[in-house]
Amino acid sequence: MKPPAFQYVAPSTLDEALAIRAEHGFDSALLAGGQSLIPLLNLRIAFPAVVIDLGRVKELTGIHSADGGLAIGAMTRQCEAERSDLVRERAPLVVQALHHIGHGAIRNRGTIGGSLAHADPAAELPAVALALAAELVVRSTRGERTIPADDFFRSYLTTALEPDELLVEVRLPAVNGGSSFQEVARRHGDFALVGAAAVVALDGRAIRDVRLVLMGVGPKPVRAAGAEAMLRNVQPSEAAFAEAAQAAVAGLEPTSDIHATADYRRRVAGVLARRALVEAAS
Amino acid sequence: MTIHIDVTVNGTRHSVAADPRKTLADFLRDDLGLTGTHLGCEHGVCGACTVLLDGGSARSCLTLIGQANGSEVMTIEGLSNGEALHPLQEAMRDSHGFQCGFCTPGFMMTAVELLRSNPKPTEAEVREAISGNICRCTGYQSIIEGILLAAERG
Repeated sequence: MKPPAFQYVAPSTLDEALAIRAEHGFDSALLAGGQSLIPLLNLRIAFPAVVIDLGRVKELTGIHSADGGLAIGAMTRQCEAERSDLVRERAPLVVQALHHIGHGAIRNRGTIGGSLAHADPAAELPAVALALAAELVVRSTRGERTIPADDFFRSYLTTALEPDELLVEVRLPAVNGGSSFQEVARRHGDFALVGAAAVVALDGRAIRDVRLVLMGVGPKPVRAAGAEAMLRNVQPSEAAFAEAAQAAVAGLEPTSDIHATADYRRRVAGVLARRALVEAAS
Repeated sequence: MTIHIDVTVNGTRHSVAADPRKTLADFLRDDLGLTGTHLGCEHGVCGACTVLLDGGSARSCLTLIGQANGSEVMTIEGLSNGEALHPLQEAMRDSHGFQCGFCTPGFMMTAVELLRSNPKPTEAEVREAISGNICRCTGYQSIIEGILLAAERG
């Protein structure tokens, strides 16, 4: 239960961090808050040659408004986002989801960018990023690019990040509409068995736009595009939401494990999807 | 390799060379002899190793020593003033909040953080705050009573 030996570097600027990342690539691991990486080191599941601690890179922290929405620095601690009035006002779904991440001591250290880049399929923030149509700003010594959340999450713990890149910021566009986050976990603070995030924008009496995302049901968070299409330009009703939620989980093939069977996960995901849609529309 | 670390623990500054794979928990226990910080699971689940890092609760088993460089750490040993117990320690004793005592340091540091930010928590808030600490003896009730008693006494 002790980490393997590694070389440790703690750059103080982003340029320094990018140069080190470019030099070591696959052999390096980025240390953000450490709440996922350090267990992997302690259990010796990860054994990087170089650990790049981003904790001293001030440029990567902070929350500010951008184009009516939000920009959150990758190294912003989860507890800071949780307490931020700006986040509460502009992206309440983020705050709703943060309450489900671990416990206070975990959120004191864990970062927004760390959770996104780690890409656990049962984690809250990747699902939220998809539901809010977030854009992830990544940088390397080669330059900067912006990746839509829809293209960022590739598979279990795998993202579109190249080995020389690091996530610098997540941009959340302005949301016109209600949102809801639902999850079921065996114990308070555990990773979710399954969860759902929804954003619903109403236009008069019809649903103008909707985004529905499920987590814990596959190797990455899943956008329920079919269910979204069923709901666009439809009058919101319990029946319409229930039907769309059923469609959202119909084709899913979650895994079975010691915590829950695949069938249980699929059923609960359907219930949570419906609740999320109903709450987001209310 | 070794890295140079400046860290203040319970008010005492330490300037040391350390192996970067050393966790803050092992540094406290093995190098400083502060064995009040307990190691249970060593992967962030049980909460026994909770300390205050720059005032905020943190898992010392999930903190590399390099991350604590330049920081202030408070452990269970920093709570009492010599023989005089901290009011939370008094309240926990009066409520029989300890049994085997293994989880206790983590609960205490978590509760210190809670009472600093929220001096009069509700029972629900206490339960939420200590949700990341596991106790296998008490059933939690006496711990919750102890924290609420400390809050009541101010």
